[in-house]
Amino acid sequence: MRPIRVLVAKPGLDGHDRGAKVVAAALRDAGMEVIYTGLHQTPEMIATAAVQEDADVIGLSILSGAHMTLIPRVRQLVEAQGRDDILITGGGIIPREDMDALQAQGIGRLFGPGTPTTELVDYIKDWFASREARDTAKSGT
Amino acid sequence: MTSIDSTTSIGSGLSEEKDREIERLRSELSAWKSRFDKTTKRDIAFTNSEKEVNPLYTSADTDGLSEADLGVPGSYPYTRGIHPTGYRGKLWTMRQFAGFGSASDTNERYKFLLAHGQTGLSVAFDFPTLMGYDSDHPRSEGEVGKCGVAISSLADMEVLFDGIPLDKVSTSMTINGPAVILYCFYLAAAEKQGVDLKQLRGTIQNDILKEYMAQHAWVYPIEPALRLIVDCFAWSAEHVPQWNTISISGYHIREAGATAAQELAFTLADGFTYVERGIARGLDVDSFAPRLSFFWDIHNDFFEEIAKLRAARRIWARHMRDRYGAKDPRSLVMRFHSQTAGVTLTAQQPMNNVVRVAYQAMAAVLGGTQSLHTNSMDETLALPTEESVQVALRTQQVLAYETGVPNVIDPLGGSYYVEALTSQMEEEAEGLFKQIEDVGGVVRGLETGWLQRKIAESAARQQWEIEQHRRVIVGVNEFVTDEPELTIPLLKIGNTDEEQRERLAKLRATRDSALVERRLNELREAARTNENMMPHILDAARAYCTLYEIRAAMEDVFGAYREPVFF
Repeated sequence: MRPIRVLVAKPGLDGHDRGAKVVAAALRDAGMEVIYTGLHQTPEMIATAAVQEDADVIGLSILSGAHMTLIPRVRQLVEAQGRDDILITGGGIIPREDMDALQAQGIGRLFGPGTPTTELVDYIKDWFASREARDTAKSGT
Repeated sequence: MTSIDSTTSIGSGLSEEKDREIERLRSELSAWKSRFDKTTKRDIAFTNSEKEVNPLYTSADTDGLSEADLGVPGSYPYTRGIHPTGYRGKLWTMRQFAGFGSASDTNERYKFLLAHGQTGLSVAFDFPTLMGYDSDHPRSEGEVGKCGVAISSLADMEVLFDGIPLDKVSTSMTINGPAVILYCFYLAAAEKQGVDLKQLRGTIQNDILKEYMAQHAWVYPIEPALRLIVDCFAWSAEHVPQWNTISISGYHIREAGATAAQELAFTLADGFTYVERGIARGLDVDSFAPRLSFFWDIHNDFFEEIAKLRAARRIWARHMRDRYGAKDPRSLVMRFHSQTAGVTLTAQQPMNNVVRVAYQAMAAVLGGTQSLHTNSMDETLALPTEESVQVALRTQQVLAYETGVPNVIDPLGGSYYVEALTSQMEEEAEGLFKQIEDVGGVVRGLETGWLQRKIAESAARQQWEIEQHRRVIVGVNEFVTDEPELTIPLLKIGNTDEEQRERLAKLRATRDSALVERRLNELREAARTNENMMPHILDAARAYCTLYEIRAAMEDVFGAYREPVFF
C-alpha cells in the first residue's frame, strides 16, 4: 500500500502549534507522508495546498474557537475543486456539541486534548484502508 | 553551610565535638543508604524536566553554597525574594486574565472580578487584535471576540475601561506584535479620563522574541520589532515612569513544550537580548531596566517550580550587575507575574484541574511571585464561566488567608533539596546560555530555528512519555473512568463580528479622515528614520486611526515576518 499523504494545517490566526507539530511528527513516525503548512493559513491556502500536494487527508488544528467558521470553509473549498474524497479531520479546543455538529456536516472525527497520537494514527489508517477497498471495488465493476 | 562530608581539622573542644557529630551523621547516612538500596521502590526518578532527583538531600548537597548565594530577602542576589517584607508587607496581586466578545461584554466581567476582590486587571485580546487586524478585516472572520476581547481602536478601549478609574487599577495587557499600538490606545483612553500618564500602573507583554520562539503572534520582522520595543523603553521611562514596558515571558515557551530549565534559560536569554539592545541604543541600563518585568509558567513539579523562580532571581541579579553594569538595585530585582500551567489542565475529569491549580498556585507563592493568575477548571474546553473563574480566584484567597503559607518569607530557604535544586537550575541555565551563544545568540537561534526545534523536541518527548505511561496524568493515562464524560457548563460566546463591524463603520464615517490620513503618513515617514515611533503612534491613536491602519502603515516600511516552517 502506498504511503498516506497528510496535510497538517493551522487555519486562522491561532498560534498554538504544539499539538500540530506533535501530531505531524507522530504521523510521520507512523509511516505517513506529512506536509505541515505553518501558521496563519487561510482556508483558501489550505485547500489549494491540499489539492496541489494530492493529500489524502487534511488535519486541521484549531484552538481559537473559530472552528465552526473555518472547518466547513476548508471543506467547501476542497469540494469545489472536485476533491470530496479527501478526509477532513483535526482537533483542538472544540466543545463536544460542536464536534457533533461538524461531523453531521461530513467532517471526519475531531480529537480533543489528551488523545493519544496512536488513536489518530489508527483512525487515519482505518479510513484510508476502507477508501482504498471502496475504490478497488468500484474499479472492479 | 557545613557539610557532613567535609573534613575539619581538630582544634578546640567545640570543633572536636562537631567532628564527632559529623562522623556520627555520616555513618547514620551510610546505614540509611544501605537500607534504602535493599528496599523495593516505586519507579520514579525524574522531575518534569527529566532531572534525576535523589531520594534524600542532606547538607552534603548544599556544600558549595554560601550565605552570599542566598542573601536576605530584599537584598542581593535576591534568591529569597525581592521585598524585605515578603508577603508580610503586601500580598501578591490576584490578577485573572480575562476578555471575550465585545469591549462592553469584557467591561462587565472586569467589574464582576473587581467586585469579588480581584486586585488588578489583565486583558485577553482576541486573535485578530493580537495579530493587529481590525474586526472587519477579512482575516478576522470567525475569530472576532472568540478568544479574547476585540479592540480595533481607541473607541473600543474607552468602552473596555468605562467606569473603571485608570489611576486606581493596574492593568496588564497580553499583547506583543502590535503591543505599542494597544498601549497607545490605553494611554489615550487614560487621557480621555483625565488621568495623568505618570499615574498609570500596568504592564504590556511586548515580548516579541518569545513570539518568534513559541507563541507566534508576530507582525514585523525581528529587527524592526526590536526597534519598536527599545523605542517603547526609552519613551516610557520619561512619560509613563510607573509602567512595565515589557513582561519577558517564559509562560508561552513552557506551554509550547520547553522543560523548566529551558523555560528559565531561554526567557532570561531573551531578557539579556533586550538589555543589550537598549544599551546599544545608547540608553543607560538603569534608565530602563527597572521597568523590565517577567512572567513564568507554574507547572506540576512542585519543588522544581519553586527552585526555578528562586534561581531566576539570582541569575538575573548576577548578570545585571556583573555583565551589564547595572547599579540601581531596581535594575537587579526580577519582578514577575505567574500563571498556573494551562498545558497541565485536562479535558478528562475536569474537576481535578481545581486541585492541580491549587498546588501550582502554592508553588508560585512559595517561589515569591508578585502577581498570580490561577487557571479555571474548564479552560481545556472553552473560555471559563463566571463560576469557574470564581473558584480559581477563591483558590488564591484560600491560599492567602487560610493556609498560613504567606506568613513566613521564603519558608523553604535552607531546605537541602530546594537549595540544591535552585543551584542545579542555575547551572543548567548557564549551560544553556553557553549553547545559545554558540549558535550565535537568540536572534540567530530564532532565524535558524534552533530554539524552536529545542522546544518542539521537548514537546514530542513529553507526549511520548505520556503515551508510554512513563509520565502519569491522572484521568488521562491512569485512573481513567469508563463513566460518561463529566460535563460542566461551558461559556457560550455569541458572534461579535456584526456588532464590531457596525461600530467600525460608524467610527470610519464620523472621525476626521483628513487627520487620520495625515497621522498615518507621519507614521510611515517616521518609520523610515531613526526617530522614536512612540509619539507618532500615540498621535495616530488619539486621531482614532484603527489598529490595522497603524499596523499596515508601519508594515509598508518594515515588511512582515516569515516563519521558518518545520516539525
